[in-house]
Amino acid sequence: MSYVAGKELRIVGFLCNWCSYGGADTAGVGRFKQPTDLRIIRVPCSGRVNPLFVVKALLNGADGVLVSGCHPRDCHYSDGNFYARRRLEMLKRLLPFLGIDERRFHYTWVSASEGARWKNVVTDFTKAIHNLGPLHHKEEKTE
Amino acid sequence: MTIEKLKEAARKILPEVDVVIGYRQGFDPLHATPYFMTKPEQVDQLIWNSLCVQNLCSYLPFLKGKVGVIVKGCDSRTIVQYMQEKLIVRENVKVIGVPCLRVISVKKVLAAINQQSVKEVTFEGENIVVKTPEGQKTIPLADVAPRKCVTCQLATPLQYDVLAGEGIQSNKPQDTFEETKEFEKLSLEERRAYWEKEFDRCIRCYACRNACPMCICQDKCIAESRDPHWTSQRANVTEKFMFHMIHGLHLAGRCISCEECERVCPMDIPVAKIKKKISMDLKELFGYEAGMNPDDTPPMYVFKVEEATIEEHEL
Repeated sequence: MSYVAGKELRIVGFLCNWCSYGGADTAGVGRFKQPTDLRIIRVPCSGRVNPLFVVKALLNGADGVLVSGCHPRDCHYSDGNFYARRRLEMLKRLLPFLGIDERRFHYTWVSASEGARWKNVVTDFTKAIHNLGPLHHKEEKTE
Repeated sequence: MTIEKLKEAARKILPEVDVVIGYRQGFDPLHATPYFMTKPEQVDQLIWNSLCVQNLCSYLPFLKGKVGVIVKGCDSRTIVQYMQEKLIVRENVKVIGVPCLRVISVKKVLAAINQQSVKEVTFEGENIVVKTPEGQKTIPLADVAPRKCVTCQLATPLQYDVLAGEGIQSNKPQDTFEETKEFEKLSLEERRAYWEKEFDRCIRCYACRNACPMCICQDKCIAESRDPHWTSQRANVTEKFMFHMIHGLHLAGRCISCEECERVCPMDIPVAKIKKKISMDLKELFGYEAGMNPDDTPPMYVFKVEEATIEEHEL
């Protein structure tokens, strides 16, 4: 993953097609100013997000991972985000046990109309990751 | 004697099934090994003592036809979990339950006798007496018990068709996840360093996965597949870490804490620690323990519209 050294960090976002991806689009259409550290991966539903996606990203170079789906009860497939909520909560509790700061992983719900909320989520999460600094400082040196 | 009752039960069941799985003496007096009995005369070689550590239920999903199996209390959770996930047909399995208060950890015994070769092993009350070329050593069974026996609540199996002996109550304290909580008191950096040090030893032999009774898709395990390519062949700590995450997370809500993964690890990596942490979270979040009731559904397969225990996270 390329990034602007010293200025940007690597943040991966898994957004559901129906709400959060639309929300990010709305934010773009509304011309909200957003940080550019986030790389968005569009998934059909937050229920598609395997917790291992997050682990794999964090172990292989991402400094933070954001998962966003439809609000509970609003899922396009009616119950995908309910399953996601259980899985991701388990993961959020497991990460610190392995020595990865739980603040590097965040999951939230943003609907397609909430452009302003999306802007806030991205800005706040990026700020939080910048405060934590890069996760893979050891490898950065050898590169 | 339990062994006589076991032999009797095995002989009685043998005509009804294709094979009865039990234990016999392994390559040295300190090891018992799984034993597949198909003929009545083979039953004489059956043994039962604290060395019978293996979880024999692990064979069940891979065996066709009718099977008899000797099952300890801890192993019986495997049967329950298999029933939940419909991996076995309960009618095709004849379960010979055996009351058990504790097994031993062979690794711990070997550490206590300095990894010498073992000439003879006898049990005297609550002690194990090991004879080595340098002499003999008496070790209390409680000192060499694996972690799961310390807080074992299932002295009598949950599921059985025949019980060899009397049903007994466990005399152990409830599991309070003391070790996990203690580990969580370390700083993030210390925890990270701990796991990197431990996983660095991993040789990716997959013994933990192969011995795991719940790893039932091991012939198409994503840890070895190239499409999808979850882990590469690189021998670095990242790949090893990833493999153990795959194993751990695939067992969330399914791990029945038999700790076979840790027992078989040739590099002594505490892999069960991760599964223990997941079990603790499941108990806290959903009040669930895997493998206790065949009618339960694993918590990751269901949801509630309003989750009382999960709070929204703020940034």
